[in-house]
Amino acid sequence: MKDNEIITLEFEKTIAEVEEKIKRLKQVEAGEGIDIGSEVDRLQQKSQRLLKQLYTKLSPWQKSQVARHPNRPHCLDYINGLIDDFEPLCGDRAFADDMAMVGGIGSFRGQSVVVIGQEKGCDLESRVKYNFGMAKPEGYRKAQRLMDLADKFKLPVIAFVDTSGAFPGIEAEERGQAQAIASSIERCLNLKVPFVSIIVGEGGSGGAIAIATANRILMLEHSIYSVISPEGCASILWRSAEKVKEATEALCLTAQDLRRLGVIDEIIAEPLGGAQRDHNEIILRVGDVIARHLKELSVHTGEELKRRRTDKFLKMGRHLAKPE
Amino acid sequence: MNWIADFVRPKIKKATSKEIAENLWTKCPECGQMLFNKELEKDAYLCSYCGHHLRLPLKNRFEMLFDDGKYKQLALPKLVDDPLSFKDSKKYSDRLKAYRRLTKNDDAIMVACGNIGKIKTVVAALDFTFMGGSMGTAVGEGIVKAVDFAIKTTSPLVIISASGGARMQEGILSLMQMARTTAAINLLKEKNIPYISIMTDPTTGGVSASFAMLGDIHMAEKGCIIGFAGARVIEQTIRETLPEGFQKAEYLREHGMVDIVFERTEMKNKLVKILKLLLNKKD
Ligand SMILES: [Zn+2]
Repeated sequence: MKDNEIITLEFEKTIAEVEEKIKRLKQVEAGEGIDIGSEVDRLQQKSQRLLKQLYTKLSPWQKSQVARHPNRPHCLDYINGLIDDFEPLCGDRAFADDMAMVGGIGSFRGQSVVVIGQEKGCDLESRVKYNFGMAKPEGYRKAQRLMDLADKFKLPVIAFVDTSGAFPGIEAEERGQAQAIASSIERCLNLKVPFVSIIVGEGGSGGAIAIATANRILMLEHSIYSVISPEGCASILWRSAEKVKEATEALCLTAQDLRRLGVIDEIIAEPLGGAQRDHNEIILRVGDVIARHLKELSVHTGEELKRRRTDKFLKMGRHLAKPE
Repeated sequence: MNWIADFVRPKIKKATSKEIAENLWTKCPECGQMLFNKELEKDAYLCSYCGHHLRLPLKNRFEMLFDDGKYKQLALPKLVDDPLSFKDSKKYSDRLKAYRRLTKNDDAIMVACGNIGKIKTVVAALDFTFMGGSMGTAVGEGIVKAVDFAIKTTSPLVIISASGGARMQEGILSLMQMARTTAAINLLKEKNIPYISIMTDPTTGGVSASFAMLGDIHMAEKGCIIGFAGARVIEQTIRETLPEGFQKAEYLREHGMVDIVFERTEMKNKLVKILKLLLNKKD
């Protein structure tokens, strides 16, 4: 992904103008051999300054847009960047192969692992192919089947979470979307191997937690994780699509909110201007953090890992009121 | 209910607004008949014209289930209210106060224990009248405590769901209750203690996608709505009309998600029969 191909978000307009100027100057330079290097340098510094100003204080709504940025690295980008010898595995052994739920085996820094995750796709064609990262029951059953495999061969599980939610449709309901998600959460809890989940973009509700009930839950700096989409929340509680910013703030869905609430274990810092601006850098950072957590978890027995995961979730959101 | 009712009783299709305001009548959502509230309560909230199962208040259901209508309610630990300081058009903390006044309950769950067919049983039930039975941290706490108590007393657990899903006003903490309640149910399963999930109208969203769908046996009240996504969301996504009976209990049974669809009048007998068979108990 080259810098100049990145889609500009609405709140990034000032930066886009500066970047456009740089692009034009570079074209002139290339075409006519005039030295305007110092002007380019000045503008580049300006754009970095603007990026820093913007990205150090993104509002929750702006973070939601960054989390859903189409140029952000998606599940398959992380797999390609981090997993050697990756072999995609297909199907739930009952109904179909759900493309929205990617899964397979491969080697992560010398250790065989099972990888699962939702893939959103990066252009119109691939988005349709991966159903926009919205898995159906067969996707959640595929995830369970791969977790069975991980348990059997004692392979750690890495999950890349990036979905707006489980697919809402007639056939998904008929095949038991609710049951598939419930049993996927149950399967996560029963794993006897180290299990790390990373919210790389959007962690959408039940469709996300189905593969995020892990020993360690990590979030990228500008990712979001929520019980309902800001849009859905605005339309239900405010009865107005225009209240989406208010809903986003109220939901406390940023990585920083979730860390404060004790839901996640670590925030992975993104490169300046978001993961979409430097794929290699964020993929490397994610890899380093996963490696550290897997190493920490590897000292425990399978039974301990399961018990610790269970204890972690039994306490989730349990804040006792002070006696009156 | 009574086939003869159709022609020996005059149909009442309308009540004055004053009468409705005085809480004398309820309109059957299925056939539109006006039902006299006092009779409705006596009839276990079944429409005397079409047999439609209206929502049954928790206390009435407990009285129907437990032997001689006797049970002990378990006190639940009090959690921090409104952990996110959530506010939409109203403050969540104010909503909580209003629902507590209305339902005389702390949140959308009640846990009780007592004998059902002479078998000591723990029952947790969600209250739809309390914010649509939505699951936040307090409901999660109730399920965890119900499981604890069932394990401690080696009693079967019955959870009666009636919920629109997660409590949005508790944000991510409500989503976490899906994993939390599932973790609790897991502990029960490890002890081989029976867990019967009874789904009533409605059982959707985060509740259906966690403990409600993880029972040893799934029972569903006739005609109730069970599903993950709301029908409206599905219609908007796929822009198709939904099939007849979509997401009804019978449809779920047909698609392999529910074992037993029961009429309310046979709820207790069915449950007792199942508990006795699972526990290999003779009279
Ligand atoms: Zn009726």
